[in-house]
Amino acid sequence: MYKSAMPQLQPSQTAENLVTVTFAASLQRHIPCQPQNTGVATLREVLKTALVAAPDLSHYVFDDQGNIRKHVAVFINRDMLQNRADLTQRLNAGDQVLVVQALTGG
Amino acid sequence: MTSLLVGSRKGLFVLESNAITAHHFQGEPVTQVLVNPHNQSWLVALNLGHFGVKLHKSTDQGKTWAALAAPAFPAKPAAGDADFDHFKDDPIPWNVELVWSLTAGGADEPNTLWAGCMPAGLFKSTDGGQSWALNMPLWREPRRQLWMGGGNDFPGIHSVLLDPRDSQHLTLGISCGGVWQTFNGGDTWSLTAKGMKSDYTPPDMEEDENSQDPHCVVSCASAPDVLWAQHHCGIYHSTDGGKLWQQITTPISSDFPSVFGFAVAVDPTNPQRAWFAPAVKDQFRYPVDGKFVVTRTDDGGKTFQAFGKGLPQSHAYDLVYRHGLVVAPNGRDLAMASTTGSLWTSSDSGETWLAVSQNLPPVAVVKFI
Repeated sequence: MYKSAMPQLQPSQTAENLVTVTFAASLQRHIPCQPQNTGVATLREVLKTALVAAPDLSHYVFDDQGNIRKHVAVFINRDMLQNRADLTQRLNAGDQVLVVQALTGG
Repeated sequence: MTSLLVGSRKGLFVLESNAITAHHFQGEPVTQVLVNPHNQSWLVALNLGHFGVKLHKSTDQGKTWAALAAPAFPAKPAAGDADFDHFKDDPIPWNVELVWSLTAGGADEPNTLWAGCMPAGLFKSTDGGQSWALNMPLWREPRRQLWMGGGNDFPGIHSVLLDPRDSQHLTLGISCGGVWQTFNGGDTWSLTAKGMKSDYTPPDMEEDENSQDPHCVVSCASAPDVLWAQHHCGIYHSTDGGKLWQQITTPISSDFPSVFGFAVAVDPTNPQRAWFAPAVKDQFRYPVDGKFVVTRTDDGGKTFQAFGKGLPQSHAYDLVYRHGLVVAPNGRDLAMASTTGSLWTSSDSGETWLAVSQNLPPVAVVKFI
């Protein structure tokens, strides 16, 4: 389904020119996963690369159609992702991606 | 008393001799449980809400659990795909939101599992739940897109009955989509809800088989052609494998307080005997006059008796969901649990009940181990 080549971390890369992906405690309660550093790429590629460290976590983040689940929120730095199906935006070096449980309901 | 698995809004409870002995998946909503008759493993379906549906399996009576793949829809065909035109107007999201039914394959297919889901996809695993595939013939069925969600957002498959004589014969109960059957392992499907009537459709559609809402469908283990259905609009009985459904017309009385309910259980040893947990219809959905009874017929639905001994007889607001009333293979032991967290057992064919707990979370499913 995802035909794009996954970005590979090159030896010359440092944390400053990487994207960091952090999964919130509410997700790690089910599947532990430490913060992951990935190369600069689209949001979808960054998330897929980060989830290589915890493949079982993918089904917690993505729905059957490969979109971000409707009750999962993804922040890129301070901006919350608005379109769950469009993960094509290219991230920048130093970006912080946070995957959290969306606060819904009362 | 046989041991029980109780799937609740806040986890899975194990009961032995009417006492809770273990609590698994604490805090997580359990939507279905299967005790696999071929290997005695336990399969538990969770709905984690934010994080989707999950399946877990234990082969050592809950000492350890392993995550399995959950049923999931394939990618919806996009423009340019061969199936795009067929599905482009499908209003139903291709995302499993609930595993509503889990059924083991027959003795000749011990690694097969069937999962009925909401939205109403039927999934099959041939490797004990390691992977699942959507049954495309049913999903492609044009009448599928006319099914309704009833009280839920989407239609769902809550009853998957495997014919013990023929593993290729499955019967599905769908809310709201009638009763469907296959005799070739799911390659082709037939709508078999003739005789059922709805009162929530335009009058000239009341007998439309595809609009029927059987809340729960069960078959008799020793006489699989005898089916019982607790329908949204009454109780139905079939003696010919669902070719024709006959509505129970017993007059309302203290022994038959309502035709409405969700649950039905049939005696595995006697197709004439079945149990129900009646409630006031629609906006009330609690026992008639707050008096909770279980009704039983011993003559194929001609007459009913109500049994309330051991059950709350005033200000009871318990509702028994469709998988919340079960009978053991011996036909005498029953277990029943409600939306208000009560759990009862009976060892005399439902005539008297023992309150095991009145403080559980809302219960979705009860199974004998």
